[in-house]
Amino acid sequence: MSSWIVTNLWLIPALPFAASLVILSLSNVRRKSAAALAVIGQLLALAFSILAFLPTLQTHGFRVVQNFNWFTFGEQTLRLGFILDPLAAAMLMMIALVGLCIFVFSVGYMAEDRNFVRFFAYLSFFSGAMLGLVIANSLVLLFIFWELVGLASYLLIGFWIERPSAAAAAKKAFVTTRIGDMGFFLGMLWLYNRSGTLLFYDGGNGCLESAGLAMLGASPAVAGFIALLIFCGAAGKSGQFPLHVWLPDAMEGPTPVSALIHAATMVAAGVFLVARVYPLFSLGAINGVTPSLTVVVWIGVTTALMAALIAVAQADIKRILAYSTVSQLGLMMVSLGVGGVAAGIMHLLAHGFFKALLFLGSGSVIHGCHGEHDIRKMGGLRRPMPVTFVTYAIGMMALSGVPFFFSGGWTKEEILHATAHWPRSHATYYLMLAGVVLTALYMTRQIIYVFFGNSRSASERVHESPRVMTTPLIVLAICAIFFSVLLTPAWPWLHTYLTGESAQFELVRLIQPMFFVSLVLVGAGIGFGIWMYRNAGAPERNRPAEIDPLEYAQPALFRFLANKMWIDELYNRTVVAFSWMAAHLSDWMDRYFWDGLVRGFGAIGQLFAIFTTSVDERGINAGVDETTAGARSLGRVMSTAHSGQIQTYLGVVAIGMLALLLLYAWLA
Amino acid sequence: MVGLITAIIFVPLLGALAVCTWPQKNGRPIALMFNVISAACALGLWWKFDTAATELQFVERHEWIPAINAEYLVGVDGLSLLLVLLTSLIIPFAFLARPLPGGRGFYATMLVMQSALYGTFTAQNFVLWFLFYEMSLIPAFLLIKIWGGENRDRAATKFFLYTFFGSVGMLLSFLGIYFAKGTFDFTTLASLGKHGLLTGRLAWLAFAGIFVGLAVKVPLFPFHTWLPDAYQTAPTGVSMVLTGVLSKMGVYGFVRLLIPLFPNQIKIVGPWLLVLAVCSIVFAPLAAWAQRDLKRMVAYLSINHLGYCMLGLFAVAASPVVAAEIDMHAALSGVFMQIFNHGITAAALFYFVGLLEQRSGSRRSVDDFGGLMQRTPLLCGWMSVAMFSSLGLPGLNGFIGEFLIFKGSFAVAAAFTAIAVIGLLITAIVFARAMQSLFSGPLAESCSAFPDLLRKEKLVVVPVTLLMFVIGIAPQFMFNIFNTTVVQMSRLLS
Repeated sequence: MSSWIVTNLWLIPALPFAASLVILSLSNVRRKSAAALAVIGQLLALAFSILAFLPTLQTHGFRVVQNFNWFTFGEQTLRLGFILDPLAAAMLMMIALVGLCIFVFSVGYMAEDRNFVRFFAYLSFFSGAMLGLVIANSLVLLFIFWELVGLASYLLIGFWIERPSAAAAAKKAFVTTRIGDMGFFLGMLWLYNRSGTLLFYDGGNGCLESAGLAMLGASPAVAGFIALLIFCGAAGKSGQFPLHVWLPDAMEGPTPVSALIHAATMVAAGVFLVARVYPLFSLGAINGVTPSLTVVVWIGVTTALMAALIAVAQADIKRILAYSTVSQLGLMMVSLGVGGVAAGIMHLLAHGFFKALLFLGSGSVIHGCHGEHDIRKMGGLRRPMPVTFVTYAIGMMALSGVPFFFSGGWTKEEILHATAHWPRSHATYYLMLAGVVLTALYMTRQIIYVFFGNSRSASERVHESPRVMTTPLIVLAICAIFFSVLLTPAWPWLHTYLTGESAQFELVRLIQPMFFVSLVLVGAGIGFGIWMYRNAGAPERNRPAEIDPLEYAQPALFRFLANKMWIDELYNRTVVAFSWMAAHLSDWMDRYFWDGLVRGFGAIGQLFAIFTTSVDERGINAGVDETTAGARSLGRVMSTAHSGQIQTYLGVVAIGMLALLLLYAWLA
Repeated sequence: MVGLITAIIFVPLLGALAVCTWPQKNGRPIALMFNVISAACALGLWWKFDTAATELQFVERHEWIPAINAEYLVGVDGLSLLLVLLTSLIIPFAFLARPLPGGRGFYATMLVMQSALYGTFTAQNFVLWFLFYEMSLIPAFLLIKIWGGENRDRAATKFFLYTFFGSVGMLLSFLGIYFAKGTFDFTTLASLGKHGLLTGRLAWLAFAGIFVGLAVKVPLFPFHTWLPDAYQTAPTGVSMVLTGVLSKMGVYGFVRLLIPLFPNQIKIVGPWLLVLAVCSIVFAPLAAWAQRDLKRMVAYLSINHLGYCMLGLFAVAASPVVAAEIDMHAALSGVFMQIFNHGITAAALFYFVGLLEQRSGSRRSVDDFGGLMQRTPLLCGWMSVAMFSSLGLPGLNGFIGEFLIFKGSFAVAAAFTAIAVIGLLITAIVFARAMQSLFSGPLAESCSAFPDLLRKEKLVVVPVTLLMFVIGIAPQFMFNIFNTTVVQMSRLLS
């Protein structure tokens, strides 16, 4: 049974795709069928993912590929393929499971939406594309699914299409990620050109295998450029600086969409991509350092810190989480960059669970607060929404990296560990530690604003969400906790699963000196947060209730962060304005310069025509006119002879005859 | 016995006669009937076409004007067949477009143009080819001039003079070649071309004459300024044919004439040709971005898409290094795919703009619409598919051609290709903006009574869109048409 799925991996993405197609053809009122189809499709995808996961447990470094011809052009063939290895299997499990939770949650969350049916069609479509992305064994196939998840993201961000802000956010997401994708596209072309194949693994001939890498290794600089071009795509999708601007705006989409696409799965695709083509990044590495990996590290560091700082000053519950996602993705990139591939992927998987949990929790809060997003208007929700509160707190602690009981703590520890051993620079390690403090701080701030204190304007008459929404929260919370079992240093099962080794159980490794460093830092972050925001939302000494404590203490800094460091404004004034000007300049050139040239030629032709006309009229034609006038007057004289009178004619004939006779007589 | 190709060429002419003598005012049913017949013939051609044969197929050769060696010589290879099939598809599609000018004259003129197009794509002798080439120009002129919208006189005259000017240069060049080599036969000329048909300044003059004539037809930047006016003014169906098929005559001419006949000249000016192609690719969508009129916008994007064809062709034909086999095959296959894909996608876009125009009472500025998704979700959905196809979304037809073109041209002209990628980005911006202002936001007052896709419109839209999906997902059947021709041509080039 499970070996059967290994050779039929395409079924996993095909099922949600098929569900999506059927749902699209349903009428708008068949809500139950739509939801049922979507959930069944996802359930089957999960079942098949589990079946595919099982054989990967049996051998270390399991890898099976299924390649096939897509088409033949000329005498060449473009081949695609599917791959099953630990990386793919782990991603499949996470995506299918988180996806299922979110599908179920959406049934409750979107219950009142007019376009419920369409929502599930898009969601299933996304799920199919995302599942396909992680099992692609060809960069083209990966790119195809990559663009399709982008399309799904576009459609779902703009799902509430009557809102201009949603449509603008969708466009921004589409265009910004496409900027990165153009880099990806070029990188793909270059790789194809260099290695002659885009299959990752192909019995030794793939571009990530020895033969392909040897061809690339001839010029490591080129390999580095290719890797960086591909990283452009990863940066776009995963919201890395400077292409991160679309992700916070993407929160215009329905909350389950934010949870699934813009937190747990699609935005992590960039990290996954880097992990998948890691041999390209590490080609010719000395001590695990290459120029391309160094770029990845610094982009990651910048993103992680910048986003964490901005998150501290946001008021929208989803935007805080969005910036947190950006920051965490930066962290994962850092991990990959310093060589901790397994650590980065582990954090990706753990993050998928707890960030989906947090987003769904925020969805539950927003649902309870009748659509309010502003945390300053909430407060005291822990009493009316106990399930949401407890699960949210679990998510918050996992994200903050509270050690021992929460998955996020262990994976973050792994990443810090990898960062500390990076030979290039120690600054990254300290900057990452600062990121840990900030993460704990902004999450504490958020949870205090939302769940503690007195209830404010939006949190009156709030009730807990229905069972269909709380059950996924509970499932994800359990995942966020129990996932740690696979992550601890005492039994690093997931790590060894990903790297293809076998895990040993050693309790001693649980206690490590670096562990206490982060324990202290997380404690500091949470403690500082509690101290700072203990009276948030209530007036305090000279501070009015609606002013944030940080804003009161540091107004300039707060304004800088609350306005997202004015990066959007900067882009609007520069890149956007410049392109818009270029567009109008092109239009103007077309209308006046190029067409002007054409009209100039036309005018020259017309001038020539006028000239020849006048020559014709005054020169040639005048002469002809003179001649014809002469001929005509002659004719007029002649015509008098044609009088039409028979007598005259006969008379003339008689005279003529007479003259001829006389002539004849004279000559004879 | 009349050959299949001759039948294909003359069926539309008979159709034109039939439409003229048809007693009823509405010529559409009879025109469509003749379209079905010629499409059936074209399918028959495809059915009997031997995909492995390297020489011309279905050749018909008759003496015509022996004094100048002009024969009636028609035949098809993979490329010709592809274009015959495209023509058979686009013309009936255009007849089903709205808003439609009524009257028998319109249909008769369209059918004459169809006949000329078939002739152009199958003629293998310059005199015959040129006859058909010019024969397509006059109906196009009349269609714009008589049935066009605002400013039709100006646009039609500009279109006619511009393209006619190009044709004159081409004719003179071919006369020069004829006096030197004594033949008008394409196959013979192509085999002579390797060693240079002409020498010295004459060669350059002939090259320039043919180049300008074809560049105007495609059109290639900066010979494109007739196009936005013509496409904007022409009735929907005519715009569809102009962009779907007529523009391909230029690309076809480049493949069939210029590249085989002047390999040396093309290599020398190669970088400049690539510059022009890249300008088409980058500046045209930028200009499209600044347009408010939807038809003008689609027209500019057409220039961009044909720019990709030119990029692929010039990269393999004009670069000083000889491309590797795989890149040559990729670029040529990509160009051929793009020819077909752009034909159906751009025609579909014009068709959709026509539907909007019909609903809004012939207004078609982006500002005239808003929030359509709430009122006409099906129309928006299917129109988005055409837009995504045009911007090269994988899974739809556009991606295949563009990917192969870029793959082929990157190997030999990396810098140009890298700049050309900007074109892909701007196209996406243009469509994202169009979708935002047409489909989203609050429903505009003026659109509140629009009907969604009607049944008869669905019957047109669904098959065409399905074709986009089929080509995007399983394109092998398309490649089978021209793979042998691609191999053949890349041998000629290397």
